[in-house]
Amino acid sequence: MPSQVIVLGGGVGGTIAANLVSKELGPEAKVTLIDPVGMHLYQPGFLYVALGQANGRWLAQDERRLLRDEVDLMIDRAVRIDPENRSIALARGGTIGYDYLVLATGARLAREEIPGLVEGAHDFYSLEGAIRLREVLRTFPGGKIVMGVAGIPYKCPPAPVEFVFMLEEFLRKRGIREKSAITLASPLNRAFTIEATSKLVQPILEARGIELGTFFNVEAVMPDKKVVTSIEGEELPYDLLVLVPPHRGAQVIEDSGLGDERGWVPVSRATLQHEKFNTIFAIGDATNLPISKSGSTAHFEAPVVASQIAARIRGTTAKENYGGRVMCFLETGHHQATTIRFDYQHPPVSPQPSLQWHVAKWAFNRLYWQTVPQGRVA
Amino acid sequence: MITVQPSKTIDARGMACPGPLMALIGAIRQGQVGDVIEVWSSDQGSKTDIRAWVTKAKHELVSVTDETGYTRFTVRKAR
Repeated sequence: MPSQVIVLGGGVGGTIAANLVSKELGPEAKVTLIDPVGMHLYQPGFLYVALGQANGRWLAQDERRLLRDEVDLMIDRAVRIDPENRSIALARGGTIGYDYLVLATGARLAREEIPGLVEGAHDFYSLEGAIRLREVLRTFPGGKIVMGVAGIPYKCPPAPVEFVFMLEEFLRKRGIREKSAITLASPLNRAFTIEATSKLVQPILEARGIELGTFFNVEAVMPDKKVVTSIEGEELPYDLLVLVPPHRGAQVIEDSGLGDERGWVPVSRATLQHEKFNTIFAIGDATNLPISKSGSTAHFEAPVVASQIAARIRGTTAKENYGGRVMCFLETGHHQATTIRFDYQHPPVSPQPSLQWHVAKWAFNRLYWQTVPQGRVA
Repeated sequence: MITVQPSKTIDARGMACPGPLMALIGAIRQGQVGDVIEVWSSDQGSKTDIRAWVTKAKHELVSVTDETGYTRFTVRKAR
């Protein structure tokens, strides 16, 4: 009788984990991936959509095409997980049991948590949001643009910095740079979470005339006054406001009592196993690990979870633990980019921005569909 | 020595990004006035970052205690 492995969520982490468990165990496991829409979105592409450099069609693929034939895909939404009985209630009715469960349920945007955000701010954290922002930017006459952060943690920490660099180039090409002021309102006392990377990007911000506001964690938006306020007690006026919305864990995690107060799943930082339930693992944005919520984190965690589950089913020792590996690109505009690489043992390093890394990012964007979901890139 | 019982403890040891300060800001945002939050950090930058943010945001840095391999920061949400 094969072991039943259920993966919740068809993003990068869930897809790789499902494929690798199936590949590793063959007929020893029946792997089922459950996703509410069955459409895989390449979320790093939203930024490019917002700035008119990509269209939405490039960012979506049928999840079925990304899964091995042996993996079942179920289009449904998990509404409640019962970890004691190892069973999942589904939105369309009925339940499904599991021997091992992978929570790859990602993060959900909680725009409603910040007063005035829905009415007063734009974002590029969903495809719809990116398309709306693109339309606004297309006809923007010039003025004060503020990019800020309305909640921590959030997906893709480099994104706000990338956005202002790419926006500066966009405004220049539209011929309205001189009529515009750009402010990056950072939640920290520097441009980016990582000091070494900040030292690299801050001179570029200065050279491009992008103002840096520090320790500005958004509290509220007042659309009628066109002002955004911070929990530190400051305010910034704007003509166009772009905010990273607050993030929470998935509803099913909160409803099932499997997460912390924000719905993030508490896991072992090495094995990614749930702290209370040893048949449950979590990947990527879903976890409570205070490292980057990013596709690369999920990408590097998925093989670990697959290895851990395969070892438990076979009664052997897992080949891999998660060492905290993260690797992100950071676009700095004008055809240049840098990277950020680190793990639990090694502090972040970033090379000088160059054309080489910009080309590497574009190559990664283009090759993503043929390589990453299948687990072909380690 | 007066010991303050924290309302929440964040173990951010070994974490470089988003880092102990970001975890603290998140906890302060969610907390109530008067809550005491303890952050454990092995990141050397926390000693300047956490102090600077707590001052700017007008909260109270109750104590900074060096332990073996990490530092315990105790912060009270003041407003």
